[in-house]
Amino acid sequence: MKVTLKLYATLSDYLPTEARKANALELELDAGTTPAQVIESQNLPLKLCHLVLIDGVFVPPTLRAQRALANGETLAIWPPIAGG
Amino acid sequence: MGWTRKILRVDLTKGTCKSEPLNMKWAQEYLGQRGLATKYFVEEVDPKVDPLSPANKLIMATGPLTGTPASTGGRYSVITKGALTGAIACSNSGGYFGAEMKFAGWDMVIFEGKSPKPVYLAIEDDKVEVRDAAHLWGKTTWQTEEIIKKTHQDPQVRVASIGRAGENGVLYACVVNDLHRAAGRSGVGTVMGSKNLKAVAIRGTKGAGGIKDGKAFMKATAAAKKVLADNAVTGQGLPTYGTQVLMNVINEMGALPTRNHRDVQFEDARKISAEAMREKRPTDGKTNLIANAACFGCTIACGRISKMDETHFSVVNKPEYWGATGGLEYEAAWALGAANGVGDLEALTFANMICNEDGYDPISFGATVGAAMELYELGILKKEQLGMEAPFGSAQALVKLAEMTAKGEGFGKELGLGSARLCAKYGKPELSMGVKKQEFPAYDSRGIQGMGLAYATSNRGACHLRGYTVASEVLGIPVKTDPLVTEGKADLVKAFQDATSVFDSAGVCVFTTFAWTLADLQPQLDAACEGGWSMEKLAAVGERIWNMERLFNNAAGFTAKDDDLPPRLKTEPAKTGPAKGKVSGIDKMRPEYYKARGWDEKGVPTKETLNRLGL
Repeated sequence: MKVTLKLYATLSDYLPTEARKANALELELDAGTTPAQVIESQNLPLKLCHLVLIDGVFVPPTLRAQRALANGETLAIWPPIAGG
Repeated sequence: MGWTRKILRVDLTKGTCKSEPLNMKWAQEYLGQRGLATKYFVEEVDPKVDPLSPANKLIMATGPLTGTPASTGGRYSVITKGALTGAIACSNSGGYFGAEMKFAGWDMVIFEGKSPKPVYLAIEDDKVEVRDAAHLWGKTTWQTEEIIKKTHQDPQVRVASIGRAGENGVLYACVVNDLHRAAGRSGVGTVMGSKNLKAVAIRGTKGAGGIKDGKAFMKATAAAKKVLADNAVTGQGLPTYGTQVLMNVINEMGALPTRNHRDVQFEDARKISAEAMREKRPTDGKTNLIANAACFGCTIACGRISKMDETHFSVVNKPEYWGATGGLEYEAAWALGAANGVGDLEALTFANMICNEDGYDPISFGATVGAAMELYELGILKKEQLGMEAPFGSAQALVKLAEMTAKGEGFGKELGLGSARLCAKYGKPELSMGVKKQEFPAYDSRGIQGMGLAYATSNRGACHLRGYTVASEVLGIPVKTDPLVTEGKADLVKAFQDATSVFDSAGVCVFTTFAWTLADLQPQLDAACEGGWSMEKLAAVGERIWNMERLFNNAAGFTAKDDDLPPRLKTEPAKTGPAKGKVSGIDKMRPEYYKARGWDEKGVPTKETLNRLGL
């Protein structure tokens, strides 16, 4: 299945250079892959994976190893940030 | 230094100044800055006063921690009856001006009446003087600051001034200090302009002093600074990316108001985001962002310093705009960008510069341009009236309208009245996206339900900084709540509003609350100020301030029907994103909020509530 991975702020550095312009990378994943597995396979530092959204909906830390991604979904991740 | 215990009262009609002792009983009940100055204001000003009449007053006020070693202790506020809203107004600013007022020995300055001619107030410690400002009238805030520094032969004099927007009656004019920090919202600069007061210039040499318990204070401020440094948001996120990092977050969540709230996601959000500001431009190989910056005493440093692309159409023949200047914050980038469908980062940076230079609020201006673009697309406003084509997405129109508004030229005069008056004039009042005639900030209340309630009940009109539930609903600070539900939001909004009232009255920046709670602020205040400042006392102060502001607005003529959102947010569902199909649940939350506040069904505080709060 195809999933879009978006990494922002300091996590952008973990994207291939050509993907940084859009902060997005298309991934081909096995069915049932979870956000936690994507975080591990992309070598993302766990403590920088603070805000995790699937199609814009927050995934709490307790569900990141359980919620299976579906074909066509977007997984977006930010380090701890704020604004106003 | 806690309080200096001294206030300055300036009669602009007579051109006289006098020193008065600070009312220390009120200081114990309202702390300082927002709370204490509002107490003075409501005691002295008729709530029905015309905001632009000489009978309105304007107060510049510091908090007890302003000018001290407390982190972010450089804040001051401008309190008046807002020109844009007709409601109580309190606009907070950073920079260095507030600390300088404290160093000169003043807790606050109260301006009364109206000068018969343009003047500025010069303060050098105890020496205060109302001076002629004929040579400053018609100048921008940047020119005004430069001229005053040369006149005083002192580069360290701190200046707060109005630009041409404040002189020309733009109803959302700011008071700008230190070139690009602003008491930005509700038209406090318009009130200043109506008094023929061009600027306040302060030089203070008394430094900090008068802390109740110096050792305890230094210990408390050091501990609180460590909390900020150790926190990933205030220690790393904000200094590196600034507030602009929210652009992509809020867009992903489907809560980024786009094209006058027609949409909730903007296809070009990334092009105007914090990430884009750090990328090398193809035109010149340089980045828009060149540095971060801090206000007085701040250990966060979220400020942005930018340099424009010299080949961009907005500045290609204007080298005066090629230097480093205050860059885009999230709110300005949203209002000048997504709200109008404009995805040109350099055009937004330019328009933001003009807002700083001539002193007007980029949120209200950008949102008003969004309303004008919708009126244009509906065929109600014509090219001949505007002087240009102005469809959604036109960077050229944005830039030209910014310059016209600054100078009070052509259609810029109508834009300067704000979206509520503009849309009403053209028969479409429902297209004004705001509350109490003040335009919304950068969060769509269909996708972040708590913010809808915070906007509707904000005492100064639509505002994100009166109760920033985004912290909880989006960022999980202090706990994560679901942005799409209304349950629990009444209590959440009340808690944020009351706590923010305390921070706004202390002299510190509300951004500390991404890491601090009242428990981090309390030891600092207790060590600095006499009177014993417990958590319970601070909580009561916050709720008292909120209710005091509400009573003023009620007496000014506001009612429960003014605690509402535009019909678009209640009847037109979000088209995309997680909130697709949802509208705001404001009508469900409002009565719950009134109950949580101890107000009756009409939004009036009950006798029991007033007695409990000592009001």
